[in-house]
Amino acid sequence: MAKSSFKEALESGKFVITSEIGPPKGTNIEPMLHHIDLLKDIVDGINVTDHQSSVMRFPSIGGCLAIKERGGEPILQMTCRDRNRMALQADLLYAYTRGIRNVLCLTGDAVPVGDHPTAKGVFDLDSSQLLQTIRLLESGKDMGGNDLNGSPEFCAGAIVTPEANPIEPQLAKFEKKIEAGAEFIQTQAIYDLENFAKFMEYARQFNVKIMAGIVLLVSARMAKFMNNNVPGIFVPDHLIDELAAAPKGEALNTGIRIAGRMVKQLKEQNLCDGVHIMAIGKEEVVPDILAAAGIQK
Amino acid sequence: MKSITKQKDFEAVKEILEPFDRIFIFGCGTCTTMTHTGGVEEVAEMCGKLQELGKLVTGSTVVPTACDEVTEEIMKQHGQAIENATAILVMSCALGVQKIASYIEKPVIPAVDTLFIGVEDTPGTFKEACDQCGQCIIGETAGICPITACHKGLVNGPCGGTSNGKCEVDKERDCAFTLIYNRLKIQGRLDLMKKYHEPKNYHVEPRPKVIKVS
Repeated sequence: MAKSSFKEALESGKFVITSEIGPPKGTNIEPMLHHIDLLKDIVDGINVTDHQSSVMRFPSIGGCLAIKERGGEPILQMTCRDRNRMALQADLLYAYTRGIRNVLCLTGDAVPVGDHPTAKGVFDLDSSQLLQTIRLLESGKDMGGNDLNGSPEFCAGAIVTPEANPIEPQLAKFEKKIEAGAEFIQTQAIYDLENFAKFMEYARQFNVKIMAGIVLLVSARMAKFMNNNVPGIFVPDHLIDELAAAPKGEALNTGIRIAGRMVKQLKEQNLCDGVHIMAIGKEEVVPDILAAAGIQK
Repeated sequence: MKSITKQKDFEAVKEILEPFDRIFIFGCGTCTTMTHTGGVEEVAEMCGKLQELGKLVTGSTVVPTACDEVTEEIMKQHGQAIENATAILVMSCALGVQKIASYIEKPVIPAVDTLFIGVEDTPGTFKEACDQCGQCIIGETAGICPITACHKGLVNGPCGGTSNGKCEVDKERDCAFTLIYNRLKIQGRLDLMKKYHEPKNYHVEPRPKVIKVS
């Protein structure tokens, strides 16, 4: 079977660019399709989030099919929050037959932080066990020890939070994910390149591609909010000041400039293997971020 | 070890007792006494509230330990008062409610919700310690159970929601894996943080769980 084009990009040694879309709450998929069309030719892969923040939405597998239909390269985000091991395996088999070749394995946010706070959180597997499961299915077996009639092949990845505090338990899990077969890692948002460079000094010892997470900042307020409320995010003061100093109506452009500058620096300094750009609700400006970074596909 | 309970809203108790005009009330001298959800005072208070609703309380008692065999004997002592009642209201944990329900055919109704089996952490503070999963791994997690101490019951390390050693669900609650890491470090066993745990068997003893001890 031909490798996924995302995997080819990872293995080519080029600086890989991915971005992501969030499916809608409802059946109006037009905005999502618009975002797919905007991104599909300028990035190496598009992640589709899986009920992000435990908010019930159109499924990630549906978003990935839409990307395939429109000629893009999907990266299926799969969390362990909503499906047991039987459903996860079944979805992997289905995804493969529909041409979805890349999977990002996540534990998933806790149920009570989302919009169905009384639902049952499944967590039959965790992210490292899901990675092992993918490798098992590829070997022609399922988790029950049964033979598969036709087995899938995926480019499987996971995430890490380089700014986690304390970092040591996070790194132990990171190493387990690599051991379990993660080929690529998309990081939680990073903003402090010195801290990230230190993380990369450690991460370089492993045979895994690291893509730095870039979350677009749209205002100083958002940056402060993330510092106070989002686990593992550290926006340095100088970036908050830069956003705060933007003239009225210009904060978004400043955020685009900051994101573009970070992508450029990461690439020029060869700090990591690529970036994963998350524009959360502002997917229209991803091309502007890439332009600000001087990247053209 | 205690069965930790909270009282149901009185409105809910009122609603479920609506068809019944004569009530016998059980309290428990062990767990619900300690949590002030079904001891002597709470039973007396419940008597008063039911009487205000116009119900006849045919009798009440606080048994030493509702889930114990002795409860059957005590029920016999209150035979007439129980006989006169149309429903039994029980202010013990669900173990006691089910024990009492197994002895009589009358409707037996819980007045409290059972939350978890807890151990006393600091005086007056109880925490869940065991989910009775049948596959104990705390020998490798420094005596801390990640099934109950981690919101998601993860066994292979923290999720991305941990922050400053706390849980994403509640900033007041500790992240199990920070606790485990810190204690394994003291024990000089940090290599265990990297040990991969296989997916759990959720049917070590399939439900309904029954074990016969010979």
